[in-house]
Amino acid sequence: MKSLLGGGAAAAERRAELALRALAMGVLVVIAGIAITVFTKAWPSFAHNGIAWFGSGGDVDTQFNAMINGSRDPAHYVYHFRAWPLIWGTLLTSGLAVIFGMVISILAAVFVVELAPAQVKRAIDPVIRLLAGVPSVVYGLIGILAIAPWVEHHLISNQRKRSVEYVVQLTGANLSVATLILTVMIVPIMVAIIASALESVPRTWTEGSAALGVNRWRTTWRVSLRTVRPAIVAAAVLATARALGEAIMLAMVAGSRGFAPNPLDGVTFFFEPVRPLAATIIHYIDDLSIVPVAQTLYAMAAVLLVSCALLSLAGWAAKQPMKRYGIRA
Amino acid sequence: MASAPQALPSPLLKPPAGTIRASGKRDSVSSWPLSDRVAYVLCWTVGIGLCVVAGAIVLFMFVKGLAYLRPSLLAEHPSPSQNQATSGGFLDPIEGTLLLTAVGIAIGAPVGVGLAVWMSEYQRPAWLARLVESGVEMIAGAPSVLLAMFGLVLFARPALAFLSQTSAGGSVFGRSFLTAGAMMSLLALPLVVASTREALMQVPGHVREASYALGKTKATTIRKVLLPSVRPSIANGVTLGVGRIVGDTAIVVVLLGATIRLEGAGGAPGLSTLRGTGGTLTSYVLFNSPAGEGNAHEKAYAAAFVLLLMVLALNVVVMRLNSSRASSGERLDKSSRWRALRGGLPWIR
Repeated sequence: MKSLLGGGAAAAERRAELALRALAMGVLVVIAGIAITVFTKAWPSFAHNGIAWFGSGGDVDTQFNAMINGSRDPAHYVYHFRAWPLIWGTLLTSGLAVIFGMVISILAAVFVVELAPAQVKRAIDPVIRLLAGVPSVVYGLIGILAIAPWVEHHLISNQRKRSVEYVVQLTGANLSVATLILTVMIVPIMVAIIASALESVPRTWTEGSAALGVNRWRTTWRVSLRTVRPAIVAAAVLATARALGEAIMLAMVAGSRGFAPNPLDGVTFFFEPVRPLAATIIHYIDDLSIVPVAQTLYAMAAVLLVSCALLSLAGWAAKQPMKRYGIRA
Repeated sequence: MASAPQALPSPLLKPPAGTIRASGKRDSVSSWPLSDRVAYVLCWTVGIGLCVVAGAIVLFMFVKGLAYLRPSLLAEHPSPSQNQATSGGFLDPIEGTLLLTAVGIAIGAPVGVGLAVWMSEYQRPAWLARLVESGVEMIAGAPSVLLAMFGLVLFARPALAFLSQTSAGGSVFGRSFLTAGAMMSLLALPLVVASTREALMQVPGHVREASYALGKTKATTIRKVLLPSVRPSIANGVTLGVGRIVGDTAIVVVLLGATIRLEGAGGAPGLSTLRGTGGTLTSYVLFNSPAGEGNAHEKAYAAAFVLLLMVLALNVVVMRLNSSRASSGERLDKSSRWRALRGGLPWIR
């Protein structure tokens, strides 16, 4: 102890290291705390519903209302909950956005790295940074005030609205608008990952291809893009994690109704409202003082936490093959 | 999509004219097969399309913002009113944004720099370093609504009651600028860590050795040599962190109360506000959007415009910092211009 507190350069040295190590451990404790807290709070909801929590059955909003209006007596809490419409909504919005985003961002990354003239390259850099930096609430505002009304008036016919009016009301805030905006939100990140991988493809590889008389596009397509395939997978995975966690924008433009769109409805499917898990947490945040609601919301947070952690891991694993080529991207 | 390379000229044979570069003919798009040309055009379309989308967003917000923004809006306190004329401006949300950002960065920046220094200079024991690294990656990938939910449980503990208000019944409220700022610091943390660590790792080993050779200790070397040399990168990480905090809504909604006015907790003036609830520009926009209770388009647009201006200003700062980093001789490799975007997210390696 004396050596710790006493003067001298060696002791000061040791103190500095210990202080920093303590800081690192502190951060780690906070992170572990997040996981433990969320799961502890979530447990009653999972325990009461079992595996059926993830299943379908009934209307989630009705189930939430039952919890809100239910008994305040801990012995008679209402826990019945079937989260499938919300999970399905999450899968749909994230999945569709990532699929569209993937195509767009691969093409955009190739454009930025390989095709664009130097001046355009300089201009597109801030553009992508800007798209990544616009707050989600601004995206949501544009979506709900500009895009949703337009979609409602021009793309959804009255006939289509009437065809499902007994099941769900179609408005401008729906799956298609949510997917569109979510795509715009995740594209910059995917472009950044893919472009930085493309830039680190060894020049000799592409030069070798060019020397064989392969044209510029095919060199890119067959050599560069093939080399960065792991980065493309990583981009998709990490963009999915981002899309899963998007709450505010989706709470604004996805229709805010716990409805599971049915692909069998044809085109109408794209105009049906959804409400993903994260957006549902925001939707019911005012009822957090009601214990069963809170525990159900924490259960949803736990699902998000596990998914994001797994995706984070998958993204890391997906990039490992790049190291084999000696590419650090 | 089988590629059809032109016949390879054997070095012994006379090369057919026009197939090699030396002949002066360059690979031009017009000589490509149709499928390649289609793909080429698609790439240009998408690239230009992204610029158009970004331009459209900025233009739209400028048109709407300039149409509805009045100087008085910036100076008036908001008040809950259904009537547009009497619901006031958004002075409080602007103050809230600044205050929350200040709290978040005041916690996030030092912790982030400390972590980065430890991860790049000490990293002992190794298992702890690996754990911390994956931990930071996990925070970077975690949705902010999740951090907010965690914060609500954490700060509702009686032991942490001094950070927020306690109701008459004795239950701790857990919502305040201090608690929201603490969680916001977690949003900024990965960005600061990534940026600082990246720069520290690029400082050549001989710089450290030169300092040791002069008899300086490791701690002094870090403080006097390494940290000053990576200052632009720290600034870069902090700016990115500020951008993330300014733009976040979920934590404000869950952990700050998202009230339209700053509501102090009572007590000493400064501390009262810090312990009290409030809102930021983001929560004000949400409140005034059709999805919120205020539902006042004009105010939402005006506030969103101010928010966008802040983000644009931060973008300019980041670009300035990047160019100053490049000119100050810090070694920036080819892909470093993407690092700002990727920074702090799990794909930094």
